[in-house]
Amino acid sequence: MSWIKGILFGVVGYLAGYWLSISLGVERGTEAPFAIGYVFFFAGWLLGAGVWDHWARSWFGLENKTPPTKESHGWKRYFMFSTDHKVIGVQYLVTFALIFFLAGAFAMAFRYELMRPGRDWLSPKEFNTVMSTHGILMIAVAVSAIIGAFGNFVMPIQIGAEDMAFPRINALSYWTTPPVVFLILGANLLQGADYGFDFGWTAYPPLSTVAGLGKLFFLLAFMTLGLSSILGALNILITVIRLRAPGMTWGRLPIFTWGVFTTSFLSLIFTQFVFTGLFMVVLDRVAGTAFFAPDQGGGALLYENIFWIYSHPAVYVMIIPGFAIMLEILPTFARKPLYGYKWAIGGFFGIVAMSATVWAHHMFTSGMPDWMTVPFMAATEFISIPTGIIFLSALGTIWMGKLRLKTPMLFALAVVFNFLIGGLTGIFNADVATDLQLHDTYWVVGHFHYTIVGGEIFALFAGIYYWFPKITGRMFNEKLGKLHFWWMFLGFQAVFLPMFWLGYNGMNRRIADYIPELAGTNMWVSASAFLLGASFLVFIYNVVNSWVRGPQAANNPWGARTLEWQIESPPIEHNFHQIPTVTGHPYDYGVEGSVHAVLAPQAEAAD
Amino acid sequence: MSTLAHDSKYQLVTRRLGLWLFILSESMIFIALLFTRFLMQGVYRPEELNQTLGLGITTILLISSFTANRAEVRIAQGDRTGFLRNLAITIILGLVFLVVVVAVEWPEALHFAPPSTGYGTLFFAITGMHAFHVLTGLIILIIIFFQGKRGQYSPEDHWGAESGVVYWHFVDVVWIFVYPILYLFGP
Repeated sequence: MSWIKGILFGVVGYLAGYWLSISLGVERGTEAPFAIGYVFFFAGWLLGAGVWDHWARSWFGLENKTPPTKESHGWKRYFMFSTDHKVIGVQYLVTFALIFFLAGAFAMAFRYELMRPGRDWLSPKEFNTVMSTHGILMIAVAVSAIIGAFGNFVMPIQIGAEDMAFPRINALSYWTTPPVVFLILGANLLQGADYGFDFGWTAYPPLSTVAGLGKLFFLLAFMTLGLSSILGALNILITVIRLRAPGMTWGRLPIFTWGVFTTSFLSLIFTQFVFTGLFMVVLDRVAGTAFFAPDQGGGALLYENIFWIYSHPAVYVMIIPGFAIMLEILPTFARKPLYGYKWAIGGFFGIVAMSATVWAHHMFTSGMPDWMTVPFMAATEFISIPTGIIFLSALGTIWMGKLRLKTPMLFALAVVFNFLIGGLTGIFNADVATDLQLHDTYWVVGHFHYTIVGGEIFALFAGIYYWFPKITGRMFNEKLGKLHFWWMFLGFQAVFLPMFWLGYNGMNRRIADYIPELAGTNMWVSASAFLLGASFLVFIYNVVNSWVRGPQAANNPWGARTLEWQIESPPIEHNFHQIPTVTGHPYDYGVEGSVHAVLAPQAEAAD
Repeated sequence: MSTLAHDSKYQLVTRRLGLWLFILSESMIFIALLFTRFLMQGVYRPEELNQTLGLGITTILLISSFTANRAEVRIAQGDRTGFLRNLAITIILGLVFLVVVVAVEWPEALHFAPPSTGYGTLFFAITGMHAFHVLTGLIILIIIFFQGKRGQYSPEDHWGAESGVVYWHFVDVVWIFVYPILYLFGP
């Protein structure tokens, strides 16, 4: 088992790294041996998990092992090192679903604290750590879940490829993610002064340079997550550029593939900035540098700039794949061609191009020169133009369509609804005058939950329901799916809509207490949060039950046209019996005589 | 099943593209660090910087890039001895660069620009990040050297060697930006 061997090798690596740094004269009791130990843990973990096997064995002239296949290992292959893009996709999906529920549980914990004003059961530092843990784990889910799961499982099939361009780097980027969770949970388990990290997911200095091992764990975890994101993006870009089937021109590329493709530009280029920013904090902590000492020319603003140069594009890394799933699902269930296909792609590229010009709108209250605020405000508001084009494409597709309201479609429609609220409330944050009032309040919390949860996470669930029959070969229970949708949708509105009101009335985010006048609304929000949390029990029951003993799914239950629906459910190894030839547009629903792709007849080719 | 994706020439271009994207991504680290240099310290530069040493190691690294290129050309022409010889020279020059930076330049800089000062922070972080890339490049070149010695690589198929050399050029190009920004800028 890759997991057990990975942890074992990781621990050995950690001890070796710790010992090495001590014997090289690094002072015991400082954080440096831990940081160096972690680097060795990370290398050991990857070695144990089997990531280096292929490369390292060839360096030493050894034979390579045969990879685990469906025939040889059955379901156990999901727990092993595999280079099959479908296995990696499922590994990503299940891992990040678990992280999502874990992070949700942390939210339940601090919503219990916020139920009443005053202190209930968490100390301020515990509250901040629990809140920050929820934050960073959810950021990990938002950045990686859709791209990792469906970008891996669905995208190569959609373009008619057998696998990703670099299958081993693909596996590497998956096996990089578990240490992130180990570190974040480890920071929560530390005792005393080392416990936790209380700076949100942003880790602004000087708070993040204060002593405490938990903080170091957080920084290392975030850097590791960045590495995974970069490698995944590189793989997706090359796969789409190089491995499209004959006839799969850029103008015939399915919109979901376009979404992960454009997103990958952002991950590839900007993730290095947050990596560098966090690295500077680590250096200040362990190597005694002075990046964030104000008297040496640096300071907190330097970090904020570097951090948001990545972290604002990162929100587009989260939402563009969400939009892409929405646009993938809407035409299938509206039985209409995707409205403004080329404009929607233009919208993606527009967002990518503008994403790096808006970062300082996170810093209006941080102390920037007045003349800088208006350009950043204007740029931020301009970015709603490409976003609006994507919206127009969604609405045009729904317009006069004959909608089939199956579970995936309901989730896709909810994305349109939620993101509208998220987008409109964002204008007040982009506007300097109103942002000075709303900054760091629950208004902002409501805004980004409506965009990222209401937009991306709803799209993630839309994708899970949409591709579930393809991934598992079984059908989920439609009634339970709809129950989950309405429960989650209404619960979501009940939790996050009042937050705008709370923020407007001055409730600060990241603080364990609030003015007593807001007690009633907070009680409502907390109660609704528990209700929202409970909705996922329906989902878990439905998915687990259907995966084990659900009815056999048809190859194309939704009557969709893209390539992944033209092959078996679940797909065979390497997806196609013969590489298909693409002859037409993927979304020509109801267009006479249009054929998206020609596949070799399945039975004939199997002989 | 034979497809275009399995064609070795097509695959080579795919891998090249992958390496270039990796290099593009990696350059962002240095862009962030070098911008930080101007944000924190403007063009300030301490008088005590050892200019002779700076110019010396720059020359060494530039020459090593030339020999790395020679190595790649030799294996493409099927001249294994020339390949290994040039690769060995590259590795030695790279080692000299690394040792001089870490064992001579750093202890000197500790006196006039310790990491607790603004310029020292930048000097050690940027040269350190570059030295780390030199180290990884050296490890890759050493692996390639021993693989070449075992008879791997041919004029038709020497992607492993090519990728190592391209990465080495990248490390070199980074230094071409680092050197003037740390050593030469300023009054």
